[in-house]
Amino acid sequence: MKVLMKGNEAVAEAAIRAGCRHYFAYPITPQSELIEYMAKMMPKVGGTFVQAESEIAAINMVYGAAGCGKRAMTSSSSPGISLKQEGISYCSGAELPCVVVNVQRGGPGLGDIQPAQGDYFQATKGGGHGDYRIIVLAPASVQEFADMAAQAFDLADKYRNPVMILSDGMLGQMMEPVEFAEPATEDDLERLDKQHWDWCMHPNQDEPNHHHHEINSLEIDPVVLEQHVIALGKKFDRMEAAEKSWEEYNLAPDNEILCVAFGTASRIVKSAIDDLKEEGVNIGLIRPINVWPYPSEAIAAALTDKTKLVYTFELSLGQMVEDVRLAVNGKAPVEFYGKVGGIVFTPEEVKDKLKLALKV
Amino acid sequence: MKYEMICSGFGGQGALTVGKFLALAGMNEGKHVSWLPSYGPEMRGGTANVSTVISDRPVASPLVTTPDILVALNQPSLDKFGPDVREGGLIIANSDLCPGGFEREGVDIVFLPMNTIAKECGSIKVTNMVSIGALLSRSDVVKIESVKNALQELLAEKKPALLEANFKAIDEGLARGKA
Amino acid sequence: MQVIATRPKSLTDVGFTYCPGCLHGVAHRLIAEAMDELGMRNQTMGIAPVGCSVFAYKFFNCDMAEAAHGRAPAVATGMKRARPDMHVFTYQGDGDLAAIGTAEIVHAANRGEHFSVFFVNNAIYGMTGGQMAPTTLPAMKTSTSPYGRDVDDIGYPIAVCEMLNSLKAPYFIERVSLLSPQDILKARKAVMKAMRYNKEERGFTFVELISTCPTNWGLDPLKSCEWARENMLPYFPIGNFRDKGAEGGDK
Repeated sequence: MKVLMKGNEAVAEAAIRAGCRHYFAYPITPQSELIEYMAKMMPKVGGTFVQAESEIAAINMVYGAAGCGKRAMTSSSSPGISLKQEGISYCSGAELPCVVVNVQRGGPGLGDIQPAQGDYFQATKGGGHGDYRIIVLAPASVQEFADMAAQAFDLADKYRNPVMILSDGMLGQMMEPVEFAEPATEDDLERLDKQHWDWCMHPNQDEPNHHHHEINSLEIDPVVLEQHVIALGKKFDRMEAAEKSWEEYNLAPDNEILCVAFGTASRIVKSAIDDLKEEGVNIGLIRPINVWPYPSEAIAAALTDKTKLVYTFELSLGQMVEDVRLAVNGKAPVEFYGKVGGIVFTPEEVKDKLKLALKV
Repeated sequence: MKYEMICSGFGGQGALTVGKFLALAGMNEGKHVSWLPSYGPEMRGGTANVSTVISDRPVASPLVTTPDILVALNQPSLDKFGPDVREGGLIIANSDLCPGGFEREGVDIVFLPMNTIAKECGSIKVTNMVSIGALLSRSDVVKIESVKNALQELLAEKKPALLEANFKAIDEGLARGKA
Repeated sequence: MQVIATRPKSLTDVGFTYCPGCLHGVAHRLIAEAMDELGMRNQTMGIAPVGCSVFAYKFFNCDMAEAAHGRAPAVATGMKRARPDMHVFTYQGDGDLAAIGTAEIVHAANRGEHFSVFFVNNAIYGMTGGQMAPTTLPAMKTSTSPYGRDVDDIGYPIAVCEMLNSLKAPYFIERVSLLSPQDILKARKAVMKAMRYNKEERGFTFVELISTCPTNWGLDPLKSCEWARENMLPYFPIGNFRDKGAEGGDK
């Protein structure tokens, strides 16, 4: 059954259904409906909700709960996500599975509270310190936002690494029909709890079955740390090989322009493409669904000898366009158009840009 | 068919709810819908507004810039969004709170004293429902039954008394809009 | 042959990495003995801080987490909420708890989280090489207060027990010292009590242990204890601040 729901609430409901029983966060616009939904629902499912004293505390509470092998999540919007970067680095270093939701707003600094995509660099290129990577899922609809909750937890558990859902104020605030998966059963929760018992903190026994599990990102001996980071690197390579995901929209061999856009921006671009199609102009779009690892091969494969231009649209000064350039690798010119400050471009603006490029 | 709408008014007038019930009705008719509110400090100010799209096809951009339909519950909303309405579009405006009026060629403009009608129906709270009735008297964006069913689902248990007033307001808007 | 003393089961056989004369080993032992005596080891998780005792995760023979600097009370909150059937303690120094982690300790205490905090106060940053701590005494020289702590410029030392005692939720707050065998026996009782309350799920328990840093103070271990007794105890008086479990309720 479909229900009409805000993205912020839908992702919270979906996380609970995916077996998340530990959620820690701090209020910030435009993600506050998420924390409010969790505050209301967690007690009803026997889960934990703590309104932390800061985003830093919240991600460290996640570190603690994830260290106990539980599905733990936190969420925030851009300025709060900056504060969480320390904890995300520690979680990756200690190989803890967890989910972080970013409902992006305009920056830098306090910025504003309208939708933006200016955290792309922070999300996909690190954000915290040290050599680490996280899988970043970028939804473009409320349904996808919700579906990504379970997906993010599965990926986090699979790789023992944080996973981020990179959303924005528009997807958080808007309502669309959404259909949910069946909620996790008691058996599912039991299975989820036990899946990490070979390394996580859990009730102990006396010798000879005593365990001493350490949740830790510190290794003072550089020779040992080197091996740890190399092993992490191999894990990141496995993620990169297996977890690319993208949508192809209106791709055709005669496309003269290939658009690349993710999340909210991709929806506006789709509207422009639809309108131009009615006018007899065929333009294709690649929408990266996972923005790390990046679907470079898909972009390269979409280029034909007809491709005159690759046009990147983002709600930023141009961040993902660097990855597009790497993917295109000089085979076609790469153009960029963006809006900043929480302003979202309109389909008309995108259409005008595309028409100008096509000289029609 | 695709309808793009903006519903706008003072915070508390229920403009966002107008969009919500239209979207709910559309969803229950099996259509693709989206509901994108303005948010933040604006909520408390002059033009709390929502973009609603109801379409036979998946909704690409949920952001409405040239609406087919504008519901303006106050003057600032009318002034802000009236000029953007698509040629041949529809404007439903609350004359009780639009003393300045609005003139434009090429669009269908319906002025109704919604506050007054709402009070006649039993509660000032149903002002927004008058606008839905008026809208549906001029447009087949969704069926009137779908809106009423959505209302029934939401209010039948919690506020049955208010349900009556809501229905009455929709019917009154429908009748007066046609006139 | 009769065994009269043995290593607590709650300590691993990894050798301590502390300087000669350092009292961290004593504090570790007190906590481990409490875990042994109360039969808590298999249901207990600990958290090591950043500071000299950063390797505490290797020393306690139970599941352990290493927290980011100052974040131990937040990590402990997550752990306790995730495994409410287990017991949690943090072990933190003065820089960790009273500077970078001030927000975390105050709010964990204020929520009345069900875990124990062992706070080792030696008025200096040890691991980073003797810099000024939030508990460094007025006029005390450190590598970052080379002319002595100027209270007009950088403020007075923070008395953490007194600060936390202004909150309603904490169940047990006590300051003890490790400066003499007699003091250690008293400290043992406080640690034991905190861990017993922890086991009994009474609420937030906090023990501050006044300690020394012979290496960075530039004094031998015994002189360090004398110095601390003369200089630290007047500013950080030992005693119980709160014991909701004592007869008659709050004390």
